Amino acid sequence: MRIAQAIIVLLIAGAIGWFALTTNGPQSSFPVRLGLDLAGGTELIYRADTAGIIGDKQGALDALREVIERRVNVFGVAEPLVQLERSSAVAGAQEDRLLVELPGVTDVKAAVDAIGATPLLEFRLADGVADSTGTFAATGLTGQFLKSAELQFGGGDAGRLANEPIVVLHFTDEGAKMFEEITRENIGRSLGIFLDGEPISTPVIREAIPGGTATISGTFTPEEGRDLVENLNFGALPVPIELVSSNTVGPTLGAGSYQAGLDAAAFGFLLVALFMIIWYRLPGLVSVVALVIYVLATVALIKFLPVTLTASGIAALIISIGMAVDANVLIFERMKEELREGKGPREAATIGFGRAWPAIRDGHLTMLISSIILFWLGTSLVKGFALVFGLGVIISLISAVFISRIFLFAILPEAGGKVWKFLTSSGFHLK
Amino acid sequence: MFIIKHRSFFLWLTGAFLAVAIGAIAFLGLPLSIDFTGGSLVEVEYQAERPDILTLKEQVSVVPLGEISLRESGERGVVLRSRTLSPEEHDAVIAALSQGGTNPVTVLRSNSVGPSMGSELAIKALYAIGAVILTIMLYIAWAFRKVSKPVPSWGYGIIVVLMLMIDIIVPTGFYAILAHYTGAQVDVLFVVALLALLGYCVNDVIVIFDRIREHLKLNEEKNIKEEFEVTIGKSIDETMGRSINTALTVVLALLAIIIWGPEVTRNFALTILVGVVIGTFSSICRSAPLLIPLVKVFAKKT
Repeated sequence: MRIAQAIIVLLIAGAIGWFALTTNGPQSSFPVRLGLDLAGGTELIYRADTAGIIGDKQGALDALREVIERRVNVFGVAEPLVQLERSSAVAGAQEDRLLVELPGVTDVKAAVDAIGATPLLEFRLADGVADSTGTFAATGLTGQFLKSAELQFGGGDAGRLANEPIVVLHFTDEGAKMFEEITRENIGRSLGIFLDGEPISTPVIREAIPGGTATISGTFTPEEGRDLVENLNFGALPVPIELVSSNTVGPTLGAGSYQAGLDAAAFGFLLVALFMIIWYRLPGLVSVVALVIYVLATVALIKFLPVTLTASGIAALIISIGMAVDANVLIFERMKEELREGKGPREAATIGFGRAWPAIRDGHLTMLISSIILFWLGTSLVKGFALVFGLGVIISLISAVFISRIFLFAILPEAGGKVWKFLTSSGFHLK
Repeated sequence: MFIIKHRSFFLWLTGAFLAVAIGAIAFLGLPLSIDFTGGSLVEVEYQAERPDILTLKEQVSVVPLGEISLRESGERGVVLRSRTLSPEEHDAVIAALSQGGTNPVTVLRSNSVGPSMGSELAIKALYAIGAVILTIMLYIAWAFRKVSKPVPSWGYGIIVVLMLMIDIIVPTGFYAILAHYTGAQVDVLFVVALLALLGYCVNDVIVIFDRIREHLKLNEEKNIKEEFEVTIGKSIDETMGRSINTALTVVLALLAIIIWGPEVTRNFALTILVGVVIGTFSSICRSAPLLIPLVKVFAKKT
């Protein structure tokens, strides 16, 4: 029965190990996702100025994310990541941020320029009647509601010069409705079309405009018009953004860090395993088997979830190898005490596991608390550490307590002679 | 019982460590990295030979950046620290470092942090450390709630917090010394190291307190009258093997990171290493002896 349990655990562990070790090729659907510090690449953080948003703020932010994502995809990056973030409430005023991760890109300026080419499009109403020089107020109609743009040339009608370049903006359905409403309610006022904060056209509204198109004319050459249309067709920003942080890691440094991390993990494991076997003998060997399962399960989970692996994540994995055996050390030290009192190996193990449990439970819970708070601290670097550390705490609880227990009970006899006494003792003294 | 007998010596030793650490922090200071202050860091490596630092400094000065710091790193690299660079300034700096392209460089890493991002992180870091200590104190008070004699359960919580503060201050002092000699800076990873240490050290103390808790329970069940000092001494002796061995396995893992691991996590691992050694020492030598004076306080009251 006990042996059957141990065999089942071994089979499950084997399956997990097979998953962890065989899904590594580039075609695999579960590769290890490397963070930018290991793979090389650029991380840009933009602050979105949401102060001027009228109405649906989340919608505007989502539109912002989509536009930038489209931009970044054009930039030709494999697996870019564009996501919204809020700064934490503890640090004063909250800010909305846009995080852009570009694996493999090391030319920060080119990346920033490509993203920066996205125009900010706003429609603003002049405060005074038919006044194009006064101040303009936001209407809520922005690049978020732009569907497409095209370049046309004026035919000399409606006071326009022949062959003058005109940019025609097509709104989305919602945008068309807003545009019609704005024009209907503000006849006689100036509607400014602002690009990147500059008014490029301030026509006076003469009548309600249905149909969802607006035109910009007059201020640019045909080449400028063509570029503008091209940029607008990738989407226009609903709110202004500002670069607040950039971080680039070159591919050589990244690859070097990754290799060094793997080396350190291998040697760290070896050192800990050697110590456990030399000091704790047979139970030590069992704990090393549990440790192997621990490492395989953690790697499998990192791939499966997936957790983006960073240099600090690898460090967390290595440190957790040292800590994962702690529960075993506690248990074995307890066993040793019971053995000294003359109990049989199996009884000693039973008592050892039982007595060590409250300390193991309290210790693991407090470590879990620290890793949750670390995760909340939250830059990508810290999250990488906290996630692996937290996962490690949970998995090691299973491997070091339950799995090593099953193995140990499958091996240990009820009563043991001298050989068993030697095998289950620890240290270099034998009383 | 060795530790209980000589507890005043260990308390003095702790005091000495603490004094050195606080002295180091006060006099050497803790240089904050751009993670907290905002600014830029660029590390490049020369494909051929690295020019003289003073020459480089002069060449970089054509870009108007105000005060910069330029240090050698590794065999052929240099690290430049300055105020936050715009992408244009960043390119100008790289051009200056590569001496107008005549001495080509590879950019190893570059990092720019806006000032507001930095101060936000600093505030969050302090909150996080405070939150960890507070929740740990509450958890311990709760986990030991059935143990109220001779020290109330929150007494254990307070002692843990006292010790955790020592466990943080000593490695921080060590880091101040390390920073003074190697140019290391307090970055996010340092804060992570402190938080990971908190988790580790509290685990260590819990093991000893758990033993005390168990002995107190057994004594009550069997109606054994035992001096609290004796109970503590026994608990420390019995858990010492475990404390040392666990510290050893963690130290082995940390040594692997320091020796074989990547440059970025080296100071991080070193900080934790110092903390683990100090933390182990503190949980063996200090936690329980600190409980004894507390007993006397409560004995007077009742």
